[in-house]
Amino acid sequence: MSIVSRRGGAGRAAAGTIPTPRRISAGTGAGRYRVRHRRPVRRRLVFLSFMAPAYVGLGLFMVYPLVSAIYFSFTRFDLINPPEWVGLANWEFLLEDPNVRQAAGNTLWLVVVMVPARVMGALLTALLLNRVRQGRSVYRTLFYLPALVPPVAGTLTFAFLLKPGTGPVNSLLHAIGIEGPLWFNSPEWAKPSLVLLALWSVGDLMIIFVAALLYVPTEHYEAASLDGANSWQKFRFVTLPTISPVVLFAAVTGVIATLQYFTQAAVAANVASGTATTGGGISSTFGFPEGSTFTYPLWLYVTGFRFQALGYANVLAVVLFVVGITATAILLRRFRAYTGRA
Amino acid sequence: MSAASIPGTIHTRRRRHTRSSMLVFVAEHSIAIALSVMFLAPVGFLLLTSLMTSDQTLTSQLWPRSWHPGNYADAFTRTPLPRYLLNTVLYATSATVFMLLASVPAAYALAKLRWRGNSITFVAIICVMMLPPQVVTVPLYLFWANSGLTGSLWPLILPMLTGDAFSIFLLRQFMVTIPDGYLDAARVEGCGEWRTLLHVVLPIARPGIAAAAMFQFFYAWNDYYGPLLYTSENERAWTLSLGLASFRSLHHVEWHLISAATLMTMAPVIVLFFMAQKAFVQGVTLTGVKG
Repeated sequence: MSIVSRRGGAGRAAAGTIPTPRRISAGTGAGRYRVRHRRPVRRRLVFLSFMAPAYVGLGLFMVYPLVSAIYFSFTRFDLINPPEWVGLANWEFLLEDPNVRQAAGNTLWLVVVMVPARVMGALLTALLLNRVRQGRSVYRTLFYLPALVPPVAGTLTFAFLLKPGTGPVNSLLHAIGIEGPLWFNSPEWAKPSLVLLALWSVGDLMIIFVAALLYVPTEHYEAASLDGANSWQKFRFVTLPTISPVVLFAAVTGVIATLQYFTQAAVAANVASGTATTGGGISSTFGFPEGSTFTYPLWLYVTGFRFQALGYANVLAVVLFVVGITATAILLRRFRAYTGRA
Repeated sequence: MSAASIPGTIHTRRRRHTRSSMLVFVAEHSIAIALSVMFLAPVGFLLLTSLMTSDQTLTSQLWPRSWHPGNYADAFTRTPLPRYLLNTVLYATSATVFMLLASVPAAYALAKLRWRGNSITFVAIICVMMLPPQVVTVPLYLFWANSGLTGSLWPLILPMLTGDAFSIFLLRQFMVTIPDGYLDAARVEGCGEWRTLLHVVLPIARPGIAAAAMFQFFYAWNDYYGPLLYTSENERAWTLSLGLASFRSLHHVEWHLISAATLMTMAPVIVLFFMAQKAFVQGVTLTGVKG
C-alpha cells in the first residue's frame, strides 16, 4: 500500500486538499481514503446516497418492528381487534407455559447436540480432504453437494430414506438382521434423525474449515515432525490453535442458526405424521411425534399465527431477540479480536 | 498441504515407509470413497424411486422393476408444479436483482469510504444478519397485512430494494480486499465516488457480486418460512419449497411423484453451482474464514 498511497496522497495534495498523515489513515482501517474536503456537506450527501436504501431498510424492517414487538409484548391483541394494554400479563404467562418449556428444551437439545455434531463432522471431513492429495477436488465437491439441496427437498429425502416400514435405511438394516428404529415417527429418534439430516448437509461448514486449514503454516508441521510429534500431537498443538478462531466462529453462527431452526422440523413432522394438511394448516402437525420436534420458533409461529395470541408471540420474540443478540455479541467480540476491528 | 509436499522430505520418506504410506493411501481413499457414497446415497435412492411405478414405492424393493421416466412429466402435469416453479423463479430473480441494486453501493461505502458512523453501521448490519428472522415476524406481518400485500410474495421481494444484511456483509468483505491504488487512480482522474464504483470497483468485484447473487438466489429458492408466513392462504402464490412440503397430502400423490418433484427442485441449484463453482466457494470461504 505504501507506493500506492503515496501516489494518492500526491494527487490529493495537487488537487488542493490537505493530505492527512499516512500513519493515521493506515491505522483507522475502513477505507484508507481520508480527505478534508472543501465541501463537507456535499461529501456527506455522497455517503448518504450510497447508504440510503440500507438505512431505510434498517429502520423499516428492523428498528421499527423490533420496537413494536417490545410494545406489543405488553398488550393483548389478535389480527381483528386493536392492541389492549395488559401490563406484564403475557410475561407472567411465559413462566407457566408448559409448551414454551418443551419448545425451549427441544431447541436447547438441538444446540447442545446438533451444533457440536456439525462442527465435528465438518472438521473431520476437512482434515480428511486436507490429507488426501489425489482427487481432492472431486471428493470436496461430492461432500459439499448435499449442502446445496434445498432444506424442504433434503427433509423430504430423509423422511423417505428413514421411512419406518419400507424405507431404504430400514430395509438395508433388516437385511443385515437389525430392526431399525421408527426414526421421525418415534419421540426418542425424531431429533437424532434431524441431526443426521444436519450432518448430511455439513458441506458448507466443511468448505470453511478446508480453507482455514490452508492457512496453517507448513513450517510449523515440519518443526513438529522434527520434534517427533505424531499425527494427533500435530493436530492438537499445531492445527487446532491455528484454526480455533474459525471453529469458534462456526460454533457461534451454528448456535444462532439453530435458534431459528424451523423448516426441517416443520416438514419432517408433517410428513411423518401422515396427516393431510396444506399451507398454513401444516402448523397443526408441528412437533410430531409427541412434541419431540417442537422447536422454539415453531411455537412462536403457532402462538402468533394459529392461536393469534400476537401479544404473547411478541414476548417469545423478545426473548429470542435477547438470546440472539447475546450470541451475536460474543461473536462480535471474537470478530474484533480476530480481524483487529469490527 | 503437509510437510511431505517439500521435495526433499518426500523422497526419503517414500523410501523408508513405502509399505506404510501405501497403507495410509488405501485407508484415506477407502474412507473418502465410503463418505462420498454416504453423501450421495440419499439422492441416489430418491432417483431410483422417482423411476418406479406407484405400486413399487410401497414395497421395500430399492431397485426399479421397470423404468418410468414418464414420472417426471406426470409430476409436472398432474400437479401445480409449473406454477410453483414460475413463482419461485420470479421471486428468486427479482429478489436477487433488487438486492444487488441496493447492497453493492452500501458495501462499497462500508468497505472503501471513510465517514463518521461507518463502523457502527457495519456492526448494525452484522446484528441484523445474525438475528433470527422470527424476532420481527409479527410486526412485519401486520405491516404487510395493512399494506394489503399478504397472500403474495411481495412482502419478501420489496424489502430487497433496501438491500440485504448478509449480502452487504459479503460484498464488503470482498471489496475490502481491492487495493486502494485502483480507486485512488480513478479519483486522481477526477472520477466521483459513484463513477469509481461503477467503472473501477464493479469489474474487479465481479466474483464477489456473483457469489452474493448466488447466495441470494439460493436463499430465495430454498426459503420456506417466508412463503409459509405470507402466502399459505393463497395457493396461487406458492413457491416450490412450500408446494413441495404440502405435496403429499394435497394431491394424494405417491412417493414416485414426490421423488421426481424433489429432484427437480434440487436440479437448478446444483446446475447453477457447477456453472459458478469457483465464485461460490470463494464466497463461502470469505464469510467464514475472514470473519
